[in-house]
Amino acid sequence: MPGYQHMSRRDFVQVVTAFLGTIMGAVIGLPAIGYLLSPALKGQKSDAWIPLGPLDNYPPDVPTPFSFTRSQVNGWEKTVNSYGGFIVRNGDEVLALSNICTHLSCRVVWKTEQALYICPCHDAAFFKDGTVASGPPPHPLEAYETKVEEGVLYVRFVEG
Amino acid sequence: MFQKILAWLDERMGLTTIYHTVLDRKVPKVNWFFTLGSASLFLFLIQGITGIMLTVYYVPSPDHAYDSIQYIMNEVSFGWLIRGIHHWSASLMVLVVFLHMLRTFFYAAYKYPREFTWVTGVLLLLLTLGMGFTGYLLPWNQKAYWATTVGTSIAGAVPLIGPFINQVLRGGTELSAVTLARFFSVHIWWLPAAIAAIIGTHLYMVIRLGISAVPDKED
Repeated sequence: MPGYQHMSRRDFVQVVTAFLGTIMGAVIGLPAIGYLLSPALKGQKSDAWIPLGPLDNYPPDVPTPFSFTRSQVNGWEKTVNSYGGFIVRNGDEVLALSNICTHLSCRVVWKTEQALYICPCHDAAFFKDGTVASGPPPHPLEAYETKVEEGVLYVRFVEG
Repeated sequence: MFQKILAWLDERMGLTTIYHTVLDRKVPKVNWFFTLGSASLFLFLIQGITGIMLTVYYVPSPDHAYDSIQYIMNEVSFGWLIRGIHHWSASLMVLVVFLHMLRTFFYAAYKYPREFTWVTGVLLLLLTLGMGFTGYLLPWNQKAYWATTVGTSIAGAVPLIGPFINQVLRGGTELSAVTLARFFSVHIWWLPAAIAAIIGTHLYMVIRLGISAVPDKED
């Protein structure tokens, strides 16, 4: 075996040290990386129909605010987050727009006199149906999926 | 490539000089008991690294301390491992530092010119015990709470200034959120900073003076 003759004792020790060192580094390093990243990688999935009361509570044509809360366990704490938006009725069509501005996630409000949703942060404006009127938002307001069962309005809350 | 970068840095930083001074020191013929100092240093580094890792999730508040540790143990990947290493190395460090002190004492290695090395070493032993005392409260479970109640009461038994010391340790008359917060602060900042600085002095002394040989019959 000619290959063996070229390997000095010193080379052998170097190779073995590098090999074992790599294994030890991986055994220590990979758990450490897993430890730091694990909460970020654990997706919290949620998919539920949220009842928002009788559809009659939401007058046609005028965007009417709605809100609901969802609780979530984050690490060592249970957090209750509130979500909200506007119900816009147009004939039989029911639109449930999120009030989260698509620019940087501030909350928009409906201004009756302007007939626009206005975001207080960067002066973004959306039309009644959620499309962008002016300002920086890249796309229209998000809409929740809706359904009406026995006169009660539901929105579908999906996360993760 | 790598060699070139190393040579470039070496020329500017004097890495080989540091390497030779620190690691190629002349040492007398010694035995395994002389590895206890390095073992102590290694354990200190382990504690530092795992401790920093634990602060990513631990919360030093009575509301969340216990729950955050439950989270580390049960939810976070390898959290049990990181905390386990921190927990067991803590006990081991007290043991190893103490044995290191015993070796120095029985080999009479504290004598001239190493008296000051001994003084810094004693300080390091006391600070290590301080780390154990402050770290013990942080899980905020029954054992932690009552051990600290007793420990601070012992400090309170000092004549005259005892009650004052007790209140300073607790940050009030009773164990509270204030106690937990100050123990945490002392555990992760004050003591480690002091220990790191004194280890620097201790090692400088060891490198400057060299280590003493095992005493023989003539000594």
